Amino acid sequence: MANPEQFNVLSETHDSTIILRPQGEVDLNCAPALREHICDVQQHKPEKLIIDLADVPYMDSSGVATLVEAMQTARRSGGQLILCCMQAKVMSIFEIARLDTVFTIVPDKETAMQ
Amino acid sequence: MADQHREPDVRLELFSQSRFLSGARALVGNIAQRLGFSEIECGQISLAVDEALCNIIKHGYQQRSDGRIWISIWANHDEPSEIKVVIDDQAEQVDLEAIKSRDLADIRPGGLGVHIMREIMDEVLFEKREKQGMRLTMRKQVQPADRSAQVGRAGNVTSLKRESESENG
Repeated sequence: MANPEQFNVLSETHDSTIILRPQGEVDLNCAPALREHICDVQQHKPEKLIIDLADVPYMDSSGVATLVEAMQTARRSGGQLILCCMQAKVMSIFEIARLDTVFTIVPDKETAMQ
Repeated sequence: MADQHREPDVRLELFSQSRFLSGARALVGNIAQRLGFSEIECGQISLAVDEALCNIIKHGYQQRSDGRIWISIWANHDEPSEIKVVIDDQAEQVDLEAIKSRDLADIRPGGLGVHIMREIMDEVLFEKREKQGMRLTMRKQVQPADRSAQVGRAGNVTSLKRESESENG
């Protein structure tokens, strides 16, 4: 899954909300592709950017760094970044890095959309 | 420390390319699972190794793709079971004092690798190799609760132990 050819990011727009759904493992190999997608959508300064992590079975600190950068960009532009549908293994790295309370993390997409 | 006197159970050599990270993670995670670590711990041990490899690729070899990395793994089945991973490279040597976890209150991208490794593993030791490069040794033992949670996989652990004993004569 760490092959960039197997890594993909789906995108949906609902009014001023953009939902990105990365598909695959986010490690040093694939984090640049995720960063590129996030930077593209953040150029439009969405009010709310939701990253749906349902299809991300693994993330290392490269992926976390990408999301920290996205969160800081969102805050600077007055927007909101929400992470949803995080798998337990992925949540584990956020807990280890003490970032689980820094990000807005919700269990499902419906809650994120509210 | 019986493993100090025997060859590693598994040895993997790879180039300093991030496309090989997933393969290294899968190997380490599989060995950890057979030792009786919980599913979450297997993922965390793979993560610790992944972070170590990322640091070597990014900082040691400065993203050069032709650097060599050697991963040696000891799967110790004595009670309590333990995984030991030694990662050697030929990259630029680093001042050991400079290798430390950063302040987590400083929310910024990057710099989490060493903290993650130290948080997950029981022991994390960085050393300079004699002539060139660095060596990282990491160990983690299975906690009693983990083994009891592995009742369904006990057969795997036992059979692996028997294979190991057979190989060692």
